[in-house]
Amino acid sequence: MNAPLNDSALIGRLTDAATAIRRIAIAAIYHATSGHPGGALSCADLFACIYGAALRGGNDLTRDRFVLSKGHGAPALYATGAQFGLCSIKEALSLRKLGSKFQGHPHVRDLPWVETSTGSLGQGFSVAIGMALGLKMKKSGARIYAMLGDGELQEGEVWEGAMCAAHHKLDNLVAVIDYNKLQSDDSNANIMGLEPLGDKWRAFGWHVQEIDGHNIALILDALDKAAAAAGKPHVIIAHTVKGRGVPYMENVPAWHGSVKMTPQQTEDALRALDVAEADLKHWMEGNV
Amino acid sequence: MSSAPQLIASGTDSLREAFGKALTRLAPDYPDVVVLDADIAGGTGVHHFRKAFPERFLQFGIAEQNMMAAAGGLAAVGMIPIVTTFAVFCLRAIEQARLSIAYSNRNVKIVASHPGLDVGPDGGSAQALEDLAAFRAIPGMTVIAPADPVEMALATKAILDFEGPVYMRTGRSAAVSVFDAGHSFEIGKGKVIRRGGDLTIVACGVEVARALDAAKLLDQKGISARVVNMPTIKPIDVALLTQCARETGAFVTAEDHNIHGGLGGAVAEALAGHAPAPIEFVGLRDRFGESGEPEELAQHLGLDAKSIAAAAEKVLTRKKAI
Repeated sequence: MNAPLNDSALIGRLTDAATAIRRIAIAAIYHATSGHPGGALSCADLFACIYGAALRGGNDLTRDRFVLSKGHGAPALYATGAQFGLCSIKEALSLRKLGSKFQGHPHVRDLPWVETSTGSLGQGFSVAIGMALGLKMKKSGARIYAMLGDGELQEGEVWEGAMCAAHHKLDNLVAVIDYNKLQSDDSNANIMGLEPLGDKWRAFGWHVQEIDGHNIALILDALDKAAAAAGKPHVIIAHTVKGRGVPYMENVPAWHGSVKMTPQQTEDALRALDVAEADLKHWMEGNV
Repeated sequence: MSSAPQLIASGTDSLREAFGKALTRLAPDYPDVVVLDADIAGGTGVHHFRKAFPERFLQFGIAEQNMMAAAGGLAAVGMIPIVTTFAVFCLRAIEQARLSIAYSNRNVKIVASHPGLDVGPDGGSAQALEDLAAFRAIPGMTVIAPADPVEMALATKAILDFEGPVYMRTGRSAAVSVFDAGHSFEIGKGKVIRRGGDLTIVACGVEVARALDAAKLLDQKGISARVVNMPTIKPIDVALLTQCARETGAFVTAEDHNIHGGLGGAVAEALAGHAPAPIEFVGLRDRFGESGEPEELAQHLGLDAKSIAAAAEKVLTRKKAI
């Protein structure tokens, strides 16, 4: 494992941001009466680090881009947007409602900052590859980050893309895999095994890092190393826990799917995510 | 020592050649144009572009789904991607065209060679007879099937000047020349290319030349058939169709495609909504293709001039019965 970074102030800030992302995502799914909570919680620490430390701003030629290829992680993406000033919390809580721009899966014509529309697994990764190719042709130094789910890796298109990115030496592309080991119906291992996952990516010609996807210091370190290594595309296989941060959801496949959360479940989850008793009412009413 | 096998040479007068040459000619004026290929550049006509602009030619290997979605990403960063493959493989990647191109509203041009029965001896598996219908059903997708090399060159420029996703058919077979150098093309516009008053034959792609032949056959029987070239299947030229309905009162549609959902479907929808008139449909009758030379198949499967003329006589009896 890599040595953790020592910037404790940054790590503290991102840890708080990740908890905030989880809070907003859970509240949004509650108010939407449907959504995928498990996978939104597993990737919250990755989101906090990517948006809070990795992505560099700039104009259309120079800015870094993030693509959520696992489009069902939309609640976490919107919560991240709210946490980092791309939208309000109130807007993020309009998830899945008629007339809302915050659809069940991200749509770029509603929200330009989501960069591309996703929700059909494998496609966001290919779109990110196209962006990386195009920006390289334009001599831009911008980087593209794409977050993929583990179940998503069962799509053949992902491996078409993996071959393509290595062939074109897209070292401006960073794929981050939210490896929480569970998918819709059961574990990856029971549905369609992915291991040896690191070996697969190495065999495809990628620069591979495997980390604990809930350790902020390790995530930051891996993002730094991905930015530094030249000549190959990068993949960060982030080992995560589905439902992380809400004890009763952790590692329970039932919380992957689109679920309706009860008020009691939601209150329990929000308490686990550091919402004070006095504030619970506001979150439950959506007045935050 | 035996010599290396010769690949079947590209026809010099096919629609794909006209497309590939026009694109290469136009490329200096469109610096953001990039061509995406899945290992069949010689088959789609873009080998001309590759030779002239190797740095703007992107190889994706035999992986059309990744290529199609990556085109959306290239467009997102300001490129004008031209996705090139066979029509049947566009169907393979149609969900990528739907989500990552059309739904995301990307300025991508999908250019498909070997449509319909064009691929001939390769047989039913390779004959895309559903592409016009499938791409037409995607919101925001413009669908074009030019008739001859002159029109193909004009259409190639038109799609580069047009902002938005486009699906355009080319073709590998030697093309029949229909138009002279004075021809013009505008997306969304059809054109009367032969005057007539008894009925209107609406055709696209390879069927336009056959429709003109059919009109000559009908002429010998004293039937005056108008022929409309309808290179844009979507958006269909409703105004022209409405005018033809008023002036001729009966239609035959002709396309190298299933009769369901393509040009015939588009014409029927437009007329039903604006100027109902009897229509006969020439195309594949809800079946797959089979091996044979394209011209043989056109006769065998009822897409030739004779079949169009027979459909015209049939629709005239229906018109008279009204």
